[in-house]
Amino acid sequence: MSDQTQSNNTLIVSASPHIRDMDSIPTIMWVVVLSLIPAGIAGVFTFGYYCLNVIVLSCVTAVVTEIFILRLRKLPVLSVIKDGSAVVTGILLAYTLPPGVPWYIPVVGAFFAIAIAKHAFGGLGNNIWNPALAARAFLQVAYPAIINSDWRTLTQEGMHKVVHNIAQVDAGGNLLHAITRATPLTKEAGAEVYHLAQLFVGNIPGCIGETSVIALLLGGLYLIYKRYIKWYVPALYIATVFVMVLILPAQVATPWSNNPLYHIFAGGLFLGAFFMATDMVTSPLTKLGLIIFAVGCGVLTVLIRFYSGYPEGVCYSILLMNTATPLIDRFTKPRLYGTKGKKA
Amino acid sequence: MMTAVKSKLKTFIGGIHPADDGKILTSDKKEIAAPLPKTAYLFMSQHIGAPCKPVVKKGDVVKKGQLVGESQGFVSANVHASISGKVLDVAPWPHPVTGVKSPAVIIERGEDDLWAEGLNEAFDTDRISPEEIKQRIQTAGIVGLGGATFPTHVKLTPPKDKTVDTVVMNGAECEPYLTCDYRLMLDKPQEIIQGLKLVMKCIGCKKAHIGIEANKEDVYALFKDIVSNEPDIKVDLMEVKYPQGAEHQLIKALLNREFKPTQLPLEVGAIVINVGTAFAVYEAVKFKRPLIERLVTVTGNGVKNPQNFLVRLGTPIKQLLEDAEVAADVNKIIFGGPMMGIAQGNIDNAVTIKGTGGVLVLKDARQWRSHACIRCGRCIDGCPYGLNPSALSIVCEAREFNLAIENNVMECKECGCCSYICPAKRPIVHLIKFAKAEIAKQKVKT
Repeated sequence: MSDQTQSNNTLIVSASPHIRDMDSIPTIMWVVVLSLIPAGIAGVFTFGYYCLNVIVLSCVTAVVTEIFILRLRKLPVLSVIKDGSAVVTGILLAYTLPPGVPWYIPVVGAFFAIAIAKHAFGGLGNNIWNPALAARAFLQVAYPAIINSDWRTLTQEGMHKVVHNIAQVDAGGNLLHAITRATPLTKEAGAEVYHLAQLFVGNIPGCIGETSVIALLLGGLYLIYKRYIKWYVPALYIATVFVMVLILPAQVATPWSNNPLYHIFAGGLFLGAFFMATDMVTSPLTKLGLIIFAVGCGVLTVLIRFYSGYPEGVCYSILLMNTATPLIDRFTKPRLYGTKGKKA
Repeated sequence: MMTAVKSKLKTFIGGIHPADDGKILTSDKKEIAAPLPKTAYLFMSQHIGAPCKPVVKKGDVVKKGQLVGESQGFVSANVHASISGKVLDVAPWPHPVTGVKSPAVIIERGEDDLWAEGLNEAFDTDRISPEEIKQRIQTAGIVGLGGATFPTHVKLTPPKDKTVDTVVMNGAECEPYLTCDYRLMLDKPQEIIQGLKLVMKCIGCKKAHIGIEANKEDVYALFKDIVSNEPDIKVDLMEVKYPQGAEHQLIKALLNREFKPTQLPLEVGAIVINVGTAFAVYEAVKFKRPLIERLVTVTGNGVKNPQNFLVRLGTPIKQLLEDAEVAADVNKIIFGGPMMGIAQGNIDNAVTIKGTGGVLVLKDARQWRSHACIRCGRCIDGCPYGLNPSALSIVCEAREFNLAIENNVMECKECGCCSYICPAKRPIVHLIKFAKAEIAKQKVKT
């Protein structure tokens, strides 16, 4: 026959299907990075350029740790680094940290996130807990003074570099006081109460990436539009917090403590609901499973905020539901087609 | 073009739709007859069931349509000479589906292209009996031309305890790139409907339901017009979604009935026939023409001149590729469509068989590096059979076959939605096929 079909020995033989969707892990991860940028800008704008150091340090440590561990595990390095998952973890961790933390906090945290929370469990896809949140929980236990009590204990250097935007807007003269609260959800008596619009824009004390609801919403809605996250996970999470605050009796004598809108706008709920509860690896597989997961996160968040020593409950609620994910998966297996109302 | 409102379209839950379904390459290509092959290779096994027994020998002179392979047992289908000429040999030849050498009758083309005696006469089919219809279908060697190649006369013989109330005709052609059913429906709508009615008569079934994907509105209008006086034959537009043309999804969309993946449509009182099969039935019953040719879409970015060829069975694939002006730098050739077709390592000996619906020729075909599952759940949303492909791919990869069985691996129809949609590019269907084969081996051993 003709020469044209002589090169048959170069034909690829592989199992069907022979076409694939365009989406890949790298595209998903880098789009998540993109969607996190507005919240980062809002953080830097609110708290100053030092935050950028924290974010960059966290990301660089995450990537360097990933390279180190991949070498150790004798796995391909370049393709995994390119998938962007370490960068996502780095950014998410930085966003959960107070703006003025000393340099070693993001470094230790990012190392823990990648080396322990991610790779000790088998790497991307096999980790039980969201690495960023696991690291945040680790830091909270290891450095409680820096993470959740009075921020006056932060290093002088860090403090000076945090621009006092909040104080200018809100302080009423007491500059230091205004930025010493870790979160507007603090239970101390005499704490400031913020206007809802202020909470929405993010001009409030808090962690680097959690304060600006509008910036987080922008990124989150983009992820929903791209179908990388399921809309009902953040929606149900936030709605559950709303309802729980509405029905439970107020716990502290502050004007906001039983105001559901205040509770959903303050603290880390939007960051957690859009970017952490939606982490594919650590959340259930099926729709029903995700619904249970999201509602569980909401219930636990309010229970922790109301009845524990912590002012904030987003981090631990998601970690607890991560823990429950294998169990949820077991009880929410998809139904075999054609077995409605019958045993499979 | 899209007049129907999307929400009104019938469909099923799950499935996928590729952004580029490649149909544009050949959807306006009218069928053209491929040149007759110099040599035709007719396999004795072109269907599900027992292979045929050759009834000609080396040196025999055969006429087009003459029986060359006689079916063995009930679940089997006759094979006929697709060209007139001389039997060169009766010998094993590499089979395009299994790859294993399998008996074939090899015919060298003679001078003429005349039908064997008694074939190709028009019969009056108005008063034909159901038994006679089935007899002619069986004699003509008709099998399901949608790709499954199950002998049609067997399908038309339901067990006594099952009743069929509806014949479902598949005009979905959901497999990307393929357009041969579409062209057939455009060019031969009357014949297809006649064939459908013969099938209905054969099994004594009053109702029929035709499903067309919404990207073929012209066909829908044609069919709608033809059956406008037939209240018992319904035509519906269905959502453009793969695998809309698979039996389970078709019956769910049109009749809203569900049955398990391993069960047959008979379970819910239906049988499904493809439009190509209906046309073959018409030809067989009306003219006693055996199944010796079919439409084959030859397409893909690896051919300069994609076409819908009317091809005699046994025609070498190489010849079709040359007629379609195959490029020099082709790196993948697939028999069938991109979702369920089989990639070929070598096409030197490959020929057209009854189940060949398309040849997809690709250059720059990609290979994907697979990652660990990130549990995104898209495969579960995409699986039309309610399986958990994520878990299946993991347990099959780990060779945990008992866990695979527990996760319903045997219910998988290998439609490919999970692999298609997986962002980690996991070869899910490949792993499932591997596990099924291993499980079958273990069964044989025990």
